[in-house]
Amino acid sequence: MSEYVIIGNGVASVGCIEGIRSSDKESGITVVSAENHFVYGRPLISYLLEGKTDIDHINYRPEDFYDQNNCKVLYGKKAVSIDKKSGKVVLDDGSALPFSSVCVAAGSCPFVPPFKGLEKVTNKFSFMTLDDANALGAAVTKESKVLIIGSGLIGLKCAEGIFEKVASITVCDLADRILPSIFDAECAGIMQKHLEKKGIKFILGNSASEFKENRAIMQDGSEIEFDVLVLAVGVRANVGLVKDLGGEVNRGIIVDEKMKTSIDDVYAAGDCTEGFDVSFGRKRVLALLPNAYMQGYTAGVNMAGGEKEQKDAIPMNSLGLFGLHAMTAGTYEGELYEEKGEDFIKRIFTKDNVLKGFIIIGKNERAGIYTSLIKNKVPLDTLDFEALRQGASTLIFSKEERKKIFGGLQ
Amino acid sequence: MKRVYVNEEWCLGCHLCEYNCAFACSGLKDMAEALKGKPIYPRIHIEGNESISYAVSCRHCTDPICVKSCISGAFSVKDGLVSIDQSKCVGCLTCVLVCPNGALALGETGVMQKCELCTKNECGTPACVTGCPNRAIVFEERGEQ
Repeated sequence: MSEYVIIGNGVASVGCIEGIRSSDKESGITVVSAENHFVYGRPLISYLLEGKTDIDHINYRPEDFYDQNNCKVLYGKKAVSIDKKSGKVVLDDGSALPFSSVCVAAGSCPFVPPFKGLEKVTNKFSFMTLDDANALGAAVTKESKVLIIGSGLIGLKCAEGIFEKVASITVCDLADRILPSIFDAECAGIMQKHLEKKGIKFILGNSASEFKENRAIMQDGSEIEFDVLVLAVGVRANVGLVKDLGGEVNRGIIVDEKMKTSIDDVYAAGDCTEGFDVSFGRKRVLALLPNAYMQGYTAGVNMAGGEKEQKDAIPMNSLGLFGLHAMTAGTYEGELYEEKGEDFIKRIFTKDNVLKGFIIIGKNERAGIYTSLIKNKVPLDTLDFEALRQGASTLIFSKEERKKIFGGLQ
Repeated sequence: MKRVYVNEEWCLGCHLCEYNCAFACSGLKDMAEALKGKPIYPRIHIEGNESISYAVSCRHCTDPICVKSCISGAFSVKDGLVSIDQSKCVGCLTCVLVCPNGALALGETGVMQKCELCTKNECGTPACVTGCPNRAIVFEERGEQ
């Protein structure tokens, strides 16, 4: 019998449980959950505030999930160290959990720059957890003037979530465009224009340098008044547990294709890791939910003595904001093919006979076909490339390939 | 398990499968009431060009990436059937971003819907199959897991 410990109770942790249980139905699994909540889909917190889901529907798995999988969950506990000598995970209450293998699925935490005067701002929030969302939801009123620092995915989904509940929203960012991690300047401009039409104000290339209670003093000397401050500057992977062991970490915990860290019997999965991005050809933090699940599952299979490697991870995002939907995937390098229209842009990038990446805003039907071409590095000369440019459709495949997909032929 | 398979040589591109699907999943008894004069939201759609056409619906993949990618845990797989709990879906379209066959699209209410092989209605054999005039869509066991 083995004894598994999973540190973290998010989507990577669920993947790990399901990966372990795909072969080992017997051994004990203990999940250490810092948050006092049953596992929920973290990106749902903005939809929760917006009213598109509710507290009864945000559970990521059915209520009996842990019982069915014979898991013990320790809620409200934090792992403070992994003691390799004794083979135990030490918790913040002083107790220790023996393990034969452990998976660090500890996620990430908000990065808050050391703004002068921030400690005197009373109504300030992060937007990472269900507790954050509930606290923010309770603090805003129809009169609230909200300032969001950070125009990334978290800041903008937060803006959408609270938009109907507040008087005004201003988003500022040091970057000169919104969503800099997923958009180039022109695509960012299209989304920014759309959001401005809905009523969001942007201040870009400029950020707060200091807070004086309810005023932000910007770097250019201007001032913004607010009642509610949301800090969404960025996130940092929680690498501490593995770093303290002397394990290899960079911006995230370094893992191989089996999700093993550089320390024996210590695996890692999800937002706290740096895995291999096949479109980029290098390791990087891929903090996105599907990747967290698949890394967790891969870790779990290997922890239970099986063989599984993750070889198709890429960055990808599906981002709807106020009715305009963007999808992005891969890396934006190589030859560009582009189409444009009203509230629509499609940019696809090809290099060395493979699709490297795409940005599509609006009209993103069947975009998963493009995504799978990037992930699987499908040689473009085996496809109808002209059809591929025209739109994502299985028409790009050869007749034989379509027979496999739709005719079940092996 | 039995799946819906298509034979593109036989497809006439008549789109009847789309109408039969939308009707079967409407829960209504009368086809005119369900479909007449309204946009339809079928879970199967015809793709094609001047020379070829065929029906596309969920393949119920043996390793379904939609299930692994869903941000709300709305997708699940049981006995090979991939289904969705629409009450959990928030319409984020991550499943559209990952489906390698382009088989998923939003329903009328802005949440995802998908082919569930007519297991949630009273059709028995999937309606797209029963209604296909040229047997271009069939419901068969072909040895996939």
